[in-house]
Order: sequence, then structure tokens, then C-alpha cells
Amino acid sequence: MSFVQNFPFFSIIAAMFSGILSSVLDGRKARNLSLLVIAVTTGMSVMVLGFCMRTGESYTYMMGHFPAPWGNEIRAGVLEGLTAVMFGLVMFFAVIGGMDHTAVDVEESKQNLFYIMIDLMLSSLLALIYTNDLFTAYVFVEINTIAGCGLIMIRQVGRSLSSAIRYMIMSQLGSGLFLIGLSLLYDVTGHLLMSPAKEAVAVIEAAGLYAVPMLVIMAVISVGLAIKSGLYPFHYWIPDTYGYATPTASAILSGLVSKGYIFLLIKIFYRVLGQENVIASQMINVLFVFGLAGMLMGSVHAILEKDTRRMIAYSSVAQIGYIYMGIGLGTQAGMVAAVFHMFTHSATKALLFISAVGLYEVSGDRKDYRSLIGAGYRNSLAGIGFAVGALSMVGFPMLSGFISKLLFATSALQSPHKMLPTVIALAVSTVLNAVYFLRLVITLYTIPSGEENEGESTSALPEKQKPEGIKESREKQIVLKRQRFSKFRLAVVSYILLNLVLGLYSQPIVAAIGKGLSMFD
Amino acid sequence: MSRQRDDYENSRWRKFRSWIDGEVDPLASGIMIQPPKAPIEKRIEKPKTENPVTLQSESIQDKDREWNQTPEEKKDPEGRGIRWFCRFYQVMSVFLCLSIIFVLLWTIAYLPAFGNAGNPDNNEVSARYIEQGLKETGAVNIVTGMILDYRAFDTFGESCVLFIASCCVLVLLRIDAADGKGSFRDTKNRAKKTKGDPENNIMAEPEAVRTVIARKRLEEADDRLYEPKNDVILQKCACVLVPLIFVFGIYIVLNGHLSPGGGFSGGAVLGSGLIFYLNAFGFKKTEAFFTEKIYRRLTLCALTFYCMAKSYSFFTGANHLKSGIPLGTPGAILSSGLILPLNICVGLVVACTMYAFYALFRKGGM
Repeated sequence: MSFVQNFPFFSIIAAMFSGILSSVLDGRKARNLSLLVIAVTTGMSVMVLGFCMRTGESYTYMMGHFPAPWGNEIRAGVLEGLTAVMFGLVMFFAVIGGMDHTAVDVEESKQNLFYIMIDLMLSSLLALIYTNDLFTAYVFVEINTIAGCGLIMIRQVGRSLSSAIRYMIMSQLGSGLFLIGLSLLYDVTGHLLMSPAKEAVAVIEAAGLYAVPMLVIMAVISVGLAIKSGLYPFHYWIPDTYGYATPTASAILSGLVSKGYIFLLIKIFYRVLGQENVIASQMINVLFVFGLAGMLMGSVHAILEKDTRRMIAYSSVAQIGYIYMGIGLGTQAGMVAAVFHMFTHSATKALLFISAVGLYEVSGDRKDYRSLIGAGYRNSLAGIGFAVGALSMVGFPMLSGFISKLLFATSALQSPHKMLPTVIALAVSTVLNAVYFLRLVITLYTIPSGEENEGESTSALPEKQKPEGIKESREKQIVLKRQRFSKFRLAVVSYILLNLVLGLYSQPIVAAIGKGLSMFD
Repeated sequence: MSRQRDDYENSRWRKFRSWIDGEVDPLASGIMIQPPKAPIEKRIEKPKTENPVTLQSESIQDKDREWNQTPEEKKDPEGRGIRWFCRFYQVMSVFLCLSIIFVLLWTIAYLPAFGNAGNPDNNEVSARYIEQGLKETGAVNIVTGMILDYRAFDTFGESCVLFIASCCVLVLLRIDAADGKGSFRDTKNRAKKTKGDPENNIMAEPEAVRTVIARKRLEEADDRLYEPKNDVILQKCACVLVPLIFVFGIYIVLNGHLSPGGGFSGGAVLGSGLIFYLNAFGFKKTEAFFTEKIYRRLTLCALTFYCMAKSYSFFTGANHLKSGIPLGTPGAILSSGLILPLNICVGLVVACTMYAFYALFRKGGM
């Protein structure tokens, strides 16, 4: 057994241990520790990916002295490695890019708690990626949910508290449905590990037993995870959650947390329930329809929204819809497109959230997107980052969003029954995306000539009302800006590069995803 | 339908309904962040020291303002369309819940019958746990052997769930002053001063009422001021019961691998014993042996030990090495390898978490 094969286990344990250790460190040390851990685990994931690419097969790793149906197990393959690398990169730059905001938004004495949440979030995401055991998945779903709540509410402003409550209720509903699904599945199969459970499911399906429970299991697990990842009719918690949390938390929640659940769902489809059974049960069509609805309605909501960050959050609803639509196509190509879009979205959405914060700072921290007129000139890098992110989401060639739209369209052509609705929805949704994203980009690069006076008069108005507060926060911002520059710059530039890599070197990545998915069977 | 009550608008049911309908934000009245009243005499005496206080209150006022400035416009409760929608929404949510209940019950009818020998979950997995469990883990209690040896990774995850839950409660409820130390003492001092200077609060009421109200406010503001409450019955009961509870909890934890029980249940008993002691004798006496520092160290040590021990065991197991941990004679107290220390760790984490939850909810600190 090669030493590299230990790395998935090492990375999960390292992330958990750093979280435990951070409880006695002060904020700064905890922050450095969690950056170190994210970097190290990402490095390990790269090596796991390399190992799996080289050997060309996946492997399972016993957690303890007992083999598969008795002890816990984790599993690593190409897709797991690739996802872990992507998640690690996005997380690392999200923490770096929002670091100074975290320092302001979070109370001084609670900084280390924030980084505990980050560490445990990382461990739970890694565990959701690598797990080969349904109950381990559930335990880490719990950790993920609680850490997500903590990340939202740690900025203790009224709106973020109420959105944390909303997130908790919706998320617990999802976890509960998922747990009901798991217990029903255990009842009919008698296994919690994925591989033996799949064999048992195959036997059950072949004998035609337990038809009703199997259907309910599929429905409950899919709906539970769909609620947690924010598929359209269950999206209500998204805008507040992403819109009012501190930037790092917004980037991580929108870019990674929802993707972790989607990855788990794909894994369960392939490794437990069996993709062909899921297709036969029509469950996939339900996801497809909800995905289409999400693509359109998310964009419509985003167009109606005035607050920039909530606008980006509604755009997430639309993008999650894309991913579920890809899953719902029910073909290998559709699944590849969905996974690729998962990567695209996590890189792009994090870029958008981080650079939007940079734009806010130079525009007096107001929520209305009209306050951003000309902000692209005031903070040029943030403007470029936002423009790249927006263009990528719309589907501009060279950027990653283009590749995922291309993949969706080609995979739609291969599935005859769903071709027309998919292609039409893609076209309409792209136009709608363009409407609000390009509106924002144009706003950023409008020279504030006539409106400048108006803008100043509106900004002068609150200054009269609370002169000290404004002045103080401005000074704080200026100090912040000086400190921030290099970190913020690093994060935005890296996200742009990540987007370009996904857009320009997509071929090997798509091939790797295909290979990883075939390893799932 | 019965006649509407005169004070229907203020009745609990009406409030509940309007909360359900989303007309009021549940937090708007529940969590109101009020700026603390700056002590007046302090301001007069030394104007320089009052700076942090006003700063703090200003920041809270800012929060307050931000809270009130929600971007969504307040929807008109008189609007007919909204009311119609609310009714529709209520009906639909009841319908949805009933249909989910129906579907799940319907599913249960198709599941294998409970306790039937031919059920799918009665397979080689449980057979090996039952037959080989004692030999392989050394634990007489099969359940403990299962959760702490066969599936120890899940249990580590579960203790991390407790850990992160207590971290979240710390984020939410721990009261920290600007200087990083507990602001609790400030409030206490302030409370004492206001007590000595009753003109501060209410001028209009007669003397007796004023003192009663002031005392009640103080009591609310500072739970610890009147501690220990010296309730004789409670204290005598505690003298008898607390040692028993502790001994029982320790017994459950230590015998987790021999008899029913283990870290989770024993830890819960220990935690409730701590809470009982706290209620009887107050924070001051509890702090003699259990402070936040000790809480942190205990949790850290327990989780670190769990993490290290199990990492060693996972690593050796996966690489097919001998772990070299002796299993001992089954039935002896010092047996079954790592299970006993792991049970102690889990018990400590559970007890600490329970106590921390209670203390944080009660006064925002330990």
C-alpha cells in the first residue's frame, strides 16, 4: 500500500484536529493554522489525484482494523481527488480574500471560533467527498450544517442572525429527510457502507421487492439534499444567508457548502441507489423540472433585486438549477456537465462575492447597486474580478462558464426527450443572466459624470444624521484598504486564474471527471 | 366560530398567528439590542473613561439601526391579496405536512416487519458484531464495542458535532467586552452603583414600588448578584444527591465496556450533576473547580486524545500493521484496549458541553 493512499484520511483528521486545537489559540494563530491546514490538505488532495490518475483506479481505505461491511471506510478516486483540490483552492482564497473583513465583522475575542468553524467546515467537506459510508456522510452533514450556521451568525447583526435561523430550520429539515431516507434504506438493505448497500439494492431491485420504500427513499434523500443545496422551490434561505454573512462565509457557503451536498447526492446515486434505478424511478425527471424552474426563476428574482449581494445570491439559485438540470438529464454527459458546472460555479461565485466586497468599500458600503456607479475605476482590480466573474456566469468564451454551458448544450442534444426544454431554458436563462450581470458590469464602468453630484448629495444626507459613525467607518475603511491590498489582490487574481484555467484547459478536466464518474460504478 | 375577544390583537394566539403569517419578524420584539445606559455619575466625574462605554453603545445603536432598516418594505397587513395568500399558505402547509405524514406511514406499511428473523438487517454484519464482538474488541457491551471500535470514526464525528455546537453557542451567547475580558464585571459594578443611587431610574413612583422595581431589574440584569440563593432545601438535597450523581456518572463512564452505558450517557449524568450543583450553590463555588479555562482544557485534551488514539488505530488498521494495544481479559475493568480511555474522553466532552450550554444560556459566560 502506497503512503499516498493515507492522504485522504490524513487530510480529514488534520482539518478536524486543527479545529480542536484552535479553541485554545488566539484569533491570529487560529487563522494562520487554518490557512496552513487548508494549504496542506489541498496539497495532499493534489497528490491523491495524481496517484489515482496514475494507477487509473480508485481505492478504499479502512478506518480501523475491520474490513468493509463492519468498519468505517473512506474511498478515493479521480473525481474525489479533483473535487477536493477544487474545494481546497476555493476555500483557501476565500479565507485570504475576506480575511480583513473577518477581522472587522467578527468580535476580537471570537476570531478563533470563526476559524474553528472554517476548519471543521473543511473537514466535513472533505469527509463528504471521500466517504464510503452513509452514516459517516450523515455525521459530517451535521457538522457541515452547524458550522454553516456558525459562519453566518458570527457577524452578529440582526439580519445575519435571522438568516442564520432561517438557514438552520431549512437545513435541519433537509438533514431530517436525509436521515429518514438513510434509516429506511438501512431497513431494506441492512448495510450502511456504500458498496455492500449497492449490492443489496441490486438484489432488491432484481427481485422487485420493496418497490414503494425504494421510491420513497430516493425521493426523500434527493429532496433532503436538494433543500440543503438550495434547489429552486427550497431556495428561500439563500438570498439572506449569502447576502448578509461576512464575505468569507458568503463565498464558502455559496461556493462550497451547497456543492458538497450535490456531490454527496451524485455519489449516492451512483454508489448506492444505482443510476439506472434512479432513472427508472422518474425521480431524475423531478430534479430536472425543478432545475429548469430554478434556472429561470432565480434569474428573474435576481433581475428584480436591487441589493448587489442578494442579486449574486439569487444568481446562485439559478446556477444550482443548472447543476440539477444536468443531473436530471440522466446521461453520463449530463452528469459530467453538472460536475463541471459545480467547479465553475464554486470558483466564479467566490470570485464575485470577494470582488463585490472590494467594490462596496470604495462606494460607501451601501447596498443598492446604483451606488456602485464608477466603482470599477475606484478599485480597478475588484472591478476586473467582478467583470470576469459576471462574464463567466453569462458564458463568455475563454471563461469557465462558457465551457459548462457548452457541455450542457451538447449533453442535451444526446438526450432526445429532454433536448428541447433544456436548450430553450439554457438560452432564456443565459439572456436573463446577461441582463442583470451586464447591467452590473456596465454600472461599474459608467463614468459618474452627471450622477456624481446626486450621489454625493445622497451620501451627504446620512452624514448629517450620524456624522461620527460615517466618519469613523470611513477611516476604518481606509486603514483597512491599505492593509488589505496584497491579500485581496492575491485572492482576486487567483480566482481569475482559476476561471481561466477551467475555461482554457477544460479538456483534461472534463476527461478526468468522466473517468472519475466511471470509477463510481 | 366563537366571538372575537376584545383584546384579540394582543392575545397570544393572535401573536402566534401573525408570526406564522410572517407579518411580524419573530426577532423584532424578541431580541432587541438596547444600548446599555451609560452611568451618569461616571460621565460627570471622569469624562475620559466613559469613552469606551459610549463607543460601545454607539456601535450597538448602529446595529439597532441596521436592524430596523430592512430593505424589504413592510407589507401592508390590510392588503386583501396578502391576507388571501396567507390563508392559502396556511391551508397548503397543513396539507403538505399531512401528505408527508401519510406518505411516510404508507411506506412503513411496506417495510419488513419489526423483529422478524428474515429481515434484511439481520445479516452478516450484525452476526459478526454479536458473535465476534467480544473477541475482537474485548468489550462485553457490544454496543460500546461497535461505536468505539468498529465504527469509531463516526463517533469521533459525533463528538466533534458536540464540540462545534458548543462553539456556536459560545459565538452566540458569550458576552465579551471590548477589552477582551468578560464585560460581566462591568455590568455588575454598574448594577451595584445604580443600586446605591436609586434616583437614577424611576422618579415618579413611590419609594417602595421604586425599590421593588429597581431590585427586579437588577436581578434580571445580574443573575449572579444574589447568589448563592441559599435555598436550604435545595442545598441540603444537593449535598446528598450531587455526590451520588457524580459517582453514578463516573461509574457509567468507566463501565461503558462492561455494562449498558458509556461516554455519552455517563457524560450526560455528570453534566446534569454539575448543573444541579451550580443551581444550589451558585457560580462562585462552582468556579472553585470549574472555570472556562478548565472547560477549554478538558475539551481540548479529551478531543486531542481521541483524535490521536484513533488516528493511530486507523493508520495501523488501514496499513495492516499490528496496533500492539492489548485487549486484556474480557470483563475486567482494565480491558478492551482503547475503549475505556475513549469512553472517558467522550464522557468529558459531553459533560462539559452540557454544562457550557447551561451556563451560557443562563448568563452568557462561564
